[in-house]
Order: sequence, then C-alpha cells, then structure tokens
Amino acid sequence: MFRYIVRRLLLLPVVVLGVTFLLFFLTQRLSPEMRASLYVKDPRQMGALEEVIRQYGLRDNVFKQYGRWLGQVAKGDLGYSPSANMPVSQALKEYLPATVQLALVTMILVVFFGVWFGVFSAVHKDKWQDSLARVVSVGGFSLPIFVLGLLLLMLFYGKLGWFAPGGYSFQTDLIIHGPSFKTYTGFLLVDALLNGNMRVFGDVLSHLVLPAVTLCIGSFALMVRVMRSSMLEELNKEYVRTARAKGLSPRQVVYKHAGKNAIIPVITLASIQFIRLLGGTVIVETIFDYPGIGRFGVMAAQQLDIAGILGFSLMVAVLFVLGNLLSDILYTAVDPRIRLE
Amino acid sequence: MFKNRFIKRLRTNKTSLVGLALVVFFLFVALGAPWLAPVHNKNNPYQMPQKSYAITPQPPSAQNWFGTTEQQYDLYYGVVWGARLAFQVGVTVTFFAFLIGLLVGAVAAYFGGKVDELLMRLTDIVFAVPSLVLAMVIAAMLGPDLKNMMIALTAVAWPSYARLIRGDILSVKRRDYVTAARTLGAGGTRILLRHILPNSIYPAVVVASLDIGYIVLTAASLSFLGLGAQPGTADWGQLIAMSRNWVLGTAQHPLAYWYTVVVPGAAIFLFVLGWNLLGDAFRDILDPRQV
Repeated sequence: MFRYIVRRLLLLPVVVLGVTFLLFFLTQRLSPEMRASLYVKDPRQMGALEEVIRQYGLRDNVFKQYGRWLGQVAKGDLGYSPSANMPVSQALKEYLPATVQLALVTMILVVFFGVWFGVFSAVHKDKWQDSLARVVSVGGFSLPIFVLGLLLLMLFYGKLGWFAPGGYSFQTDLIIHGPSFKTYTGFLLVDALLNGNMRVFGDVLSHLVLPAVTLCIGSFALMVRVMRSSMLEELNKEYVRTARAKGLSPRQVVYKHAGKNAIIPVITLASIQFIRLLGGTVIVETIFDYPGIGRFGVMAAQQLDIAGILGFSLMVAVLFVLGNLLSDILYTAVDPRIRLE
Repeated sequence: MFKNRFIKRLRTNKTSLVGLALVVFFLFVALGAPWLAPVHNKNNPYQMPQKSYAITPQPPSAQNWFGTTEQQYDLYYGVVWGARLAFQVGVTVTFFAFLIGLLVGAVAAYFGGKVDELLMRLTDIVFAVPSLVLAMVIAAMLGPDLKNMMIALTAVAWPSYARLIRGDILSVKRRDYVTAARTLGAGGTRILLRHILPNSIYPAVVVASLDIGYIVLTAASLSFLGLGAQPGTADWGQLIAMSRNWVLGTAQHPLAYWYTVVVPGAAIFLFVLGWNLLGDAFRDILDPRQV
C-alpha cells in the first residue's frame, strides 16, 4: 500500500511533465509574439515585445524554451493571462474554489438522488417503476450537458425567472468585494456563513442550482445503476431474509439493513466521479457563465491565451492525478479485500 | 455463438431494439442527405444555406420545416447534413484511434519490458487530463477547423484502446493454444498475427465501434465551445452554440426561440441514446456479470 502510494506520487511529475511538454510543443506552431505572454507579468510590458522575445529566447529550440518555462513555473510564475486579464497564478487561485464548490454541491445531489432512485428501482425490480428509472437514467446519460443546460436556462431563467446565470448577483458582488466581508477560505458558501451573511449565502446557493443540476446528469445515471445492482445483491442475502423473517417492516429491512451495505460501492464511485466532474465543468461553467476554472480554461482556449492554457492544463493534470490516487486509497479503505500493488 | 447471443438479446430486450432502430434511422438520414436536403453549394455540401443575414431566428414554416437559427441558417438542412457529418467524424476518429491503439497495444504487449513501460506511461499522460479538456486544449492550439478537431479527438481516444488491446493480448498470450503453437515451432510473427491478434482484437473492435456515440458527443462539445468546424457548417454542436444567444425569448413569449435548442438538441440526444442503448446490449453479452 505504502509502496503503491510512493510509486504513484513518483509518477505524478512524469505525467505532469509529459502533459505540459506535449502542449508546449504544440505552442511552437504559433508565432513568438503570441508566445511572449508566457513571460509577461503585466500587459503594459507588451510595448517591448521584441525585447521580451529576445530576452526569453522565444526563437530557441523547444527543449531549451521548455526548460526555461519550467524554471519559471518552479518559482510560481505562470505568466500573464490576457483572457482573464490577470496573472495566471492569481486567476487559478481565484477560480478554483468556485469550481470545487460547484463539484461538491453536484456530488451531494448525485449521491442523494442516485441512491434514492437506485433503491426505488431495486425494490420494484422488473415492474414499471424499475423501467421508468432505467429509461430516466439511460436518457440522462445520453442527454448532452450543453443541451440540458440551455433547456434549463430557457425554462428557469427565461420563462420563470427563478435562477440567473453567473456566480452571484450584482449586489452580492458589491458585498463580497466590500470592506466588511472577510475572505477566509475562498469558498463563497463557507465564507458567507463565517461572515454570518445569509443573503450572500442564499444568493450564491441559488446561482449554484442550475449548474449543479446540469452537471449531475451524467454521474447520476451511473449512480442509479450501481446502487440498483448493489441493492439487488444485498436483498438476496441471508441476513435480509432473517430480518424479514423476524418481522421487521419492509422499510426497515430496505433502509437499515440492506441499504447500509449496498451503499459502499456508491461511495467509492462518488469519489471517482468527483474527479470526472472536472471535465464537465468546462461546459457547464461556460453555459452558465459561472466564474470557475473551467470557464477560465475555455476562454483561454478560445482566445489562444497560451499562458492561460498551459497554467490551466498544469493545474487540471495535478488535480486529476492526485484525485485519482486519493480515490484509489479510499477504495481500499472502504473495501479491505482490494489490495493496491 | 457471439452473433446468436446478440440477436437473441436484441429480440428479448426492447430497449436495445430501440437503440438499433435509432442508429439505423440516423444512418439512413446520413446516407440520404443529398435527397432529403438537396445540396445548394456544390463545392461544400456541409455549408448550410442562409436565407439572409438577419439575426433573429425564425420559427418553423412551410419553407423552413424546423425553423431557422441565428443568421437564418436552415435548421432542417443543418440537422440532416449534421447526421452525415456526425457519422463521418465518429467513424473516422474511431477508426484511426483504434488503429493507433492496436499498434501501440500490440507492440507494448508483445515486446514487454522497457518498451511496454514507455508506451504505458505515454497512455498515462493522456489519461492524466480529462479527455474533453485535453481535446479542447489541443484543438485550440491546432486552430479551430474540422480536421484539427478530429486530430484532437483521435489524440485523446487512442490510449484506452491501446490499454484494452494490451490487456487482451497479455491474457491470450498465456493460453494453451498459443503455447501449443509455439511448441509446434511457429515463429513470433506468425503467432502474433495468426493466433494472438484475432483472438484479442474481437472484443476491442466491438467496444471501439460502440464508442462512436461518445466520440460524436465529445465532438459536439468541442464545436459548442467554438473549437470545431468553421462557422456555417452543418454541425449539431455548432447549431446548439448558435442558440446560446436566444435563451431569453420576447416579453410576450419567454420561450419564443425554443426550436433553436430543441431541434439540434433532439438530434444529438437521439443519436447518442441510440448508441448507448445498443452499447448496453453488447456490454451485457461481453460481461455477463453485470446486472
């Protein structure tokens, strides 16, 4: 186990270097002028483009340039992002908490409704309720999140006016950037609670509803399936028959006995899905104009903001590898039969 | 045996029949596109006809059956030719990704040792970033264009096939009939080509072909983000992207522009649904343990 973790951690730099080198290599297709943004900390410096190009050897060969870039990254300098209008490191620090917050809220929704739907369909196995749950989950799996997102936006923003796009309202923007609002964690929901400002909390939460529901859809279908099959397996076991025989109500048997054991695979799946959600946030954040790291990445990609693209990819790769390692470890914690080698 | 089981499964399970019907339907639309929606630009049939440059979408009418989207692109034409483009992108990307995966997987499994290690770390690198994110970044760097989008999709799709094929080959390699062939004096190439590959490729081919739905979905996502085909191309993702400005209707009719989302959205939903339902039936056969 320990050896496994060490080996995987050693793999982290290999993978991250690989990803960044691959992308760095691709940037060579672009002119040195465009690549200069990697080394500029402030757009006012842009006047002396030719100087920047010469100073940083943007016409040197790839390996030399890559090494130089790595040196800068090691110092925490990721360059300036024209698309976000701020240094890349600052942009990542500002946008990441919003995305993590969105993914967490989504995961809570997925687990809660996934478990409920899965149990529902297992208990009513092969009846119409089961077919309904199956249709809903396969349908949800096939509905692209950008289509669902736009439909929800049309209905709940355009027609009903309940939820608005964006990360928070204009009033909240004034409050959180005002002098009396203290930033503790960067997670707006948590900070709002710590500041005791329920209006900000409610506003941020209401802006999370549509993106979270949209992001749910893919993982939700998977969750229902896993919960259903795991529940069916448990319901066929001896201890459930014993519980039934001693006269417990069906409710107690399902939720107290079988449910508790059936939920184990769901928890591990949730931890894996949490990482997978990062990919989906790219689309969802773009549709709902949610100020997270996904939208930052898309804007950087659309505007060919190289510093932004490289910084974003670096961050995602690190998060992804660490997250996968974490979910592997969690896997062994939940199910001791699994051994990591 | 495999074929019989599949046909039996199709007959007993209605949802997989629906899946098959959907896929076949789209196949007909794709093949029949020139008759269903006559080409107006001979040089590039995928270019959607544009009635005028007026911005506001127009609802379905006798002239434009599904209505028009932003800048008067005909939605009917876009959906029909979009089906053809979807198949083209899906099949091309899956084919090349599978070919690369087959090559890398076979080489890694056959040679083992350092070669294997190196190639598998290469797949780790691609797996280290969510595929949509990596495809997005690569497509952006190559420049928004249909061909570049397909290159980006292929670049992120091949590693899963490489791993799958490598695993299959490694398990087949140890089977008795391979050992038997070796003791009979068959050479390395002959064993690889005649015994190992045919027995390990088969499941992988099925898995790969069922990925077409997923590939098309990812392609549509890239187009939606503006990193796919040129503007005006009959592409489902792009049609949906054009509807983004029309989420808000007019004061009297809040849902006035529903068709701009629903028409292309339904096309891609049904396409992906068809492949997923069909894929379910196959996966049950390949892995009977799953419920």
